[in-house]
Amino acid sequence: MIDSTKEWPLYEIFIRAKSGLDHKHVGSLHATDARMALEHARDLYTRRQEGVSIWAVRSADIVASDPAESDAFFEPARDKVYRHPTFYEIPDEVKTL
Amino acid sequence: MMPHCRYVLRLADTNLVLAQRLGEWAGHAPALEEDLGLANISLDLLGQARLLLTHAGELEGRGRGEDDLAYLRAESEYLNLTLVEQPNGDFGDTIVRQFLFDAWQLELYRSLAQSKDGKLAAIAAKGARETSYHLRYSGGWLIRLGDGTEESHARIARSLERLWPFTNELFDGDDVDRAIAAAGIGPAPDSLRDGWSRSVDEVLVAATLTRPAPATFGWYGKQGRHGEHLGYLLAEMQSLHRSHPGATW
Repeated sequence: MIDSTKEWPLYEIFIRAKSGLDHKHVGSLHATDARMALEHARDLYTRRQEGVSIWAVRSADIVASDPAESDAFFEPARDKVYRHPTFYEIPDEVKTL
Repeated sequence: MMPHCRYVLRLADTNLVLAQRLGEWAGHAPALEEDLGLANISLDLLGQARLLLTHAGELEGRGRGEDDLAYLRAESEYLNLTLVEQPNGDFGDTIVRQFLFDAWQLELYRSLAQSKDGKLAAIAAKGARETSYHLRYSGGWLIRLGDGTEESHARIARSLERLWPFTNELFDGDDVDRAIAAAGIGPAPDSLRDGWSRSVDEVLVAATLTRPAPATFGWYGKQGRHGEHLGYLLAEMQSLHRSHPGATW
């Protein structure tokens, strides 16, 4: 029935904790198809009412940046402090910016 | 024992025995994810069994609580359906047993939610939500295996043939069932057959499986007459409590 030498495809799971919040990555799991991925995610990641919505994405469908290229990708932003909005005066009345 | 108490005990024992069976998969399921899936269902059923056992103890009125009823009754006093005491077999056997049961329990709970026994109605309403998910899980696997490879299809078809005869008992009413139906506490078992058949047939079609021919013989687990397997299950389940009465953690 199940060939244990062949791994089921990996899915990345995102859970929305409550309405209005973003879906957050919580982990990954194996499943043979999309329906099973949702069911496994429900059983693995929402046992304690952690969420109201689940997204499952095939890990293979995620395009990721290469850690080896992180210098080229991220280093150039390091000395460009003017990109941070740190030169503004924040009025005292604004508490939650 | 009056029919009302006996009826609730049947429901309790059926859930308890199936919970114990599913618990046997812990550490043995085909994938870690299925291990957790089956354990979740097992714990849902155990939760329902605990509520039902407590209720049965109150109806009996002899001071027996859930632990007394679960751990200190002998095999012949257990009133579970014969279907749920069947051994786990392979994963497909477990799925078929679960699917045939879930489809029945969902019909039953939806009906019991209107019971004149308010406590039973509340337990059934809670249980129906859990059971809907169980049916989704077991039905999903039945379709996956039935409509899967040549081997998975052949094996799940054999499981279905083997377990099908045990479904007779689900719809076969006796004196207890008739008294319960007359009192408005629970449905006549036969009245659940059409709804169950519809939901089972729908999944069987999607799974490319053929509904087995009706079997002519019956089983009587709910009257305390069990097959050869239940004794071993109870021995394992009850051994700790019997060796260390009142043990807690």
